[in-house]
Amino acid sequence: MSIHAGQFRELRLERLGRTFGGVAALRDVSLSIAQGEFIALLGPSGCGKSTTLNILAGLLAATSGSIFLDERRIDSLRPEQRGFGMVFQNYALFPHMSVAKNIGFGLAMRGIARDEIARRVGETVALVHLQGQEHKLPGQLSGGQQQRVAIARAIIIEPPLVLMDEPLSNLDAKLRLEMRAEIKRIHQTLGATTIYVTHDQEEALSLADRIVVLKDGVVRQVGAPDALYARPDHLDVAAFMGFRNVISGTVSRQDGDLAGLTVAGGKQVSGQARGRLAMSQKAVMAVRPEDMTPSPDGPIRAKIISSEFRGREFVGFAMSEEGAALAFVSDHPLTNGARIQLAADPMRAVVFPEVS
Amino acid sequence: MVPASQSAERRSILALLSGHGLDGLTLLVVPALLLVLGLFIYPFAYGLWLSLTPKAGGILANYATFFSDPFLYETIAKTLWLSLPVTLLNLVMAVPIALRVRLMRRQRLLTTILVIPITLGTVLVAEGMITYFGPQGWFNRVLLWLHLTSGPVKLTYNYWGVFLSLLITGFPFTFLLTLSYLSGVEAALEQAAATLGAGSWQRFRHVLFPLILPGLAITFCLSFVQAFSVFPSAVLLGAPAGPTRVISIAAYQAAFEQFDYSLASAIAIIMAVIQLGIVVAVLAARTLIYRGPAGGGKG
Repeated sequence: MSIHAGQFRELRLERLGRTFGGVAALRDVSLSIAQGEFIALLGPSGCGKSTTLNILAGLLAATSGSIFLDERRIDSLRPEQRGFGMVFQNYALFPHMSVAKNIGFGLAMRGIARDEIARRVGETVALVHLQGQEHKLPGQLSGGQQQRVAIARAIIIEPPLVLMDEPLSNLDAKLRLEMRAEIKRIHQTLGATTIYVTHDQEEALSLADRIVVLKDGVVRQVGAPDALYARPDHLDVAAFMGFRNVISGTVSRQDGDLAGLTVAGGKQVSGQARGRLAMSQKAVMAVRPEDMTPSPDGPIRAKIISSEFRGREFVGFAMSEEGAALAFVSDHPLTNGARIQLAADPMRAVVFPEVS
Repeated sequence: MVPASQSAERRSILALLSGHGLDGLTLLVVPALLLVLGLFIYPFAYGLWLSLTPKAGGILANYATFFSDPFLYETIAKTLWLSLPVTLLNLVMAVPIALRVRLMRRQRLLTTILVIPITLGTVLVAEGMITYFGPQGWFNRVLLWLHLTSGPVKLTYNYWGVFLSLLITGFPFTFLLTLSYLSGVEAALEQAAATLGAGSWQRFRHVLFPLILPGLAITFCLSFVQAFSVFPSAVLLGAPAGPTRVISIAAYQAAFEQFDYSLASAIAIIMAVIQLGIVVAVLAARTLIYRGPAGGGKG
């Protein structure tokens, strides 16, 4: 294999900002990325993740801040001078060029000899499993194949950085899983530093070495997938990581990392304390549906609204006494309208100070 | 009462017709069809028939007359010598300007300014040009004042007068069509080319130009047909007895000076055949290049 990833030590984003017509889309984004890392920019639409990617690619100018590749400042370079590979959301394949021409485009623009291009296109085609499709036009390919062409075209130039803008969002569920594994495999083969934009937490968790959670143009948390999954720093990050149930109460007990809350009805719940908590302070506990189950002496009282059969278990939807919507799992069928008491696993619940 | 089998058969015929996209709604095409027949097909057929029934001689006598008289057949070359360079120059100017305008925020104002020459009509433009480009006009006064020329440059009542007029009236049309074809190319394609290392010229050469080429071919055909049928400016701004005696002047003179409608019809048919020939040639060349959608997404 003669295709490699471009070499560098560190890519540094320093206080990047971007405003659109006076509205800040991105504020003070700072990040340091090491060679070979797979970084996912995760957040809801409008959080600034695509803006960040476009600024990195040079397709959009930053209003403030700077980007360094090792000691070289690159934020004023045009996209064609940066040499980063980019995979676009709709692939942006050149419709009038064959698969081979599309993949070899970046090399042709660098004035590389024709037989050398042919050789490297052949290798890259093999790497993304597109053998036999070289002479087709993009319009004759399936979505998954177009995606492979887009990836091949970006990695053949051996870029120091590969940028991917929601590359799987146009594929159906089955193909998405397949291509996710492919992206992982190609990353592991080449070791190309990758920045991957997505709004799908599952994609981010399964692909990335580190996840950057963005919200309203601000970095909310940076961390490894398992850390982010188990210990989100903020309630909004927790919500994005699947902590769907939010129960409010007042802090009544603190025991190391464990915090106890008194909830409506006077009973106590507890979870891992995140952030600074003071006694008698208002706080919220967040817990995933799969970590909440019916229990005869469960502290949370609710009324079942509906339930769904999910094969292995039932998922119940309920309304707590204070009016919060709750989701939980149960091994037994549930009766709509019935009163129920729920308990959460303290090791898998998180407690945040309530922000007003 | 209709027998059951007969009504079933009736229904199946209707089902068959609707399977081919024909139903009650299809009848709405009839008025337009009648209009096309009455205003286009019939006059064309009548003109063809008229051209084949000359005042004297066999059915092709008019065509023989045209192609044996240099005063008549030379109009073809004169018209092509005007319309082809003008159309090409218009395209060559429209592409780079459209490339720039495509990125501008306030395109509407510019579009409005450009549409004005179209709405004014060729006669008004010609009248204005006679004064502006004339020996005493502003154009020559400025040239003299700047000492760029020793005497007035002759830009009216000759080839260049008609050339400029066709350029002015034809450009907006060419430009607007070109702009719409360029805007139809998905922006991400150019961005993708840029991230792959293509500079602005390479992006144009390898991505934009091949994708708008089919559209440029259509634009060329439409602009050419407009320029080829030039009449008012050739008379008003040109030398209608000399270098700008275009084919439509020949047809006009046959019809309204010699009152030979049959010969005039023959000239009109010759005009149509030449236009058709060039359009067919350009469109045939177009089939050799990529003509699919100018977007890179999943279709």
